[in-house]
Amino acid sequence: MKHNILEICYLIGSVTFIMGLKMMGNAKTARKGNMVGALGMTIAILGTIFLHEGEVSGMIYGLIFGAIALGTIIGWMTAKKVQMTKMPELVSMFNGMGGACAALISLIEFNHYYHSEFPKVVLNAAITGAYHPPYGFLIAVFAGLVIGSISFSGSVIAFLKLNGTMDKPIRLPAYNIVNLVVLIITFGLLAFMVYSGGIILTNDLQPSGIMIYALLALALIYGILFTIPIGGADMPVVISLLNSFTGLAAAFGGFLYDNKVMLTGGILVGSAGTLLTVIMCKAMNRSLGSVIFGAFGGSTAAAGGPDVKGSIKDIQVSDLAVLMNYSKKVVIVPGYGLAVAQAQHVIHELELLLEERGVEVKYAIHPVAGRMPGHMNVLLAESNVSYDKLVEMDDINPEFEQTDVVLIVGANDVVNPAAKTDPSSPIYGMPILEVDRAKNIIVNKRSMSAGYAGIDNLLFYDPKCSMFFGDAKKALTELVAELKTME
Amino acid sequence: MREILSFISENREMIYFVVLSIFVGIEVIGGVPTVLHTPLMSGANAIHGVVIVGAIYVMLHVEMDNYLGLGLGFLAVLLGTLNVVGGFVVTDRMLEMFKKK
Repeated sequence: MKHNILEICYLIGSVTFIMGLKMMGNAKTARKGNMVGALGMTIAILGTIFLHEGEVSGMIYGLIFGAIALGTIIGWMTAKKVQMTKMPELVSMFNGMGGACAALISLIEFNHYYHSEFPKVVLNAAITGAYHPPYGFLIAVFAGLVIGSISFSGSVIAFLKLNGTMDKPIRLPAYNIVNLVVLIITFGLLAFMVYSGGIILTNDLQPSGIMIYALLALALIYGILFTIPIGGADMPVVISLLNSFTGLAAAFGGFLYDNKVMLTGGILVGSAGTLLTVIMCKAMNRSLGSVIFGAFGGSTAAAGGPDVKGSIKDIQVSDLAVLMNYSKKVVIVPGYGLAVAQAQHVIHELELLLEERGVEVKYAIHPVAGRMPGHMNVLLAESNVSYDKLVEMDDINPEFEQTDVVLIVGANDVVNPAAKTDPSSPIYGMPILEVDRAKNIIVNKRSMSAGYAGIDNLLFYDPKCSMFFGDAKKALTELVAELKTME
Repeated sequence: MREILSFISENREMIYFVVLSIFVGIEVIGGVPTVLHTPLMSGANAIHGVVIVGAIYVMLHVEMDNYLGLGLGFLAVLLGTLNVVGGFVVTDRMLEMFKKK
């Protein structure tokens, strides 16, 4: 009876995951969709605990509730407190925890199997000479372990990269080959362990389950090797990919227990995550292969930047205020630099002030502005910028022709004309915001340093372009103050 | 070879289930505006936290004297909870901002 109700709980869980994800694809229903998913998850979790058949000691229940209570408090507080600019790091961290959880499940299950199944292995093999290990079980256990561990260690590295602890891509000599070799060894060992039952006999004929720790270590190492050579600009793609890995690991857990809710949840995230990864790559006009195997800043960037250089002009805040005040149309191009400087509120203030003076203001959002697709929208929405003022790349590009001033704040690579004109550039082919068609281009930057992709920007030498140096928040505050003194 | 074939026919339903789920996943994501990619990734991140169900299952079946199993199981439930709760709460926070206007 209990068992049947539990199956219904899992069915409800599976359906809410699908509905939730579907609703999250639409701005109007997105928040509700997330709630629906959370509700389904709660039903699945509570059902698993309370509809369990069989004797379980109170201490075990105590441990389960303790872990859930502790996790809820920590998870809730972290998620509530974190700054919106730190979002990608946090998603990466939570993803890593899911991966670690899947890996731990596999470790425990293997231990269990090792202690219960092994006597049979020896006995059967001794008597008949042919023992068939439970292949399906072993595949699920080992695959869950390997994928979960890769996802965990990869996510930790992605986290360190995003929060700036590890800011340069690390490339071992011939890292592609090394990575490939480690991957092949890992899966080779996995295949061997499935085939052999995962247990070896030591020299004195003692059984040993040591191989699973070798597999664990290899998977963790591969996760690290996989992530360290990839440049910061590609991190969103990596996180999305690791996200789908964790989904896959959860799905293997579903195989293990023939648990339908884990299967649906895991596979959904696995396939949706993979598609999302591909979409992100497309937005940057890069293939998944080039992200993983040929990271930014390799031989091409070292071959020397653009050689044609003109002179760079800078503009004073008073001149800029006059220019903007008498414009008809201003387009703001926000980049991650804006978020780092916490300037999203003051830019909204600037927008309101200009609108008051009859200037039309829009924001041009590049698909990969910020650290993840859509990250910039979240940040601007946080400071109350109206949703319909955020215009996507394809819609805003034809409008630059009639734009008087383009104000670029903390963005660089997404406006770099080299993406269209210089085939030797590492970002060549990436769709960009065509700001050079506007009448005036103003770039706010702290200094002349290169962007995230580590390459020079020819736009700054454009005769129509002026630099407005300074920290985004400070510079924009001055600009707003200056504008207020006018009229 | 024969083992692989018999594995497939024995797990026929499971394989149908997996293939159809993959298509559902792709279908559900298709045509999502760029603006929603980050919340969507975060929401999907919360959903794979369903792995916690497996962690709880492990805990319910572990023997009382298996201290290693108990310890690792506790850790697994803890990490799974962090994934689920953190994931849903942070997604809600992101989407709340879109709602304001």
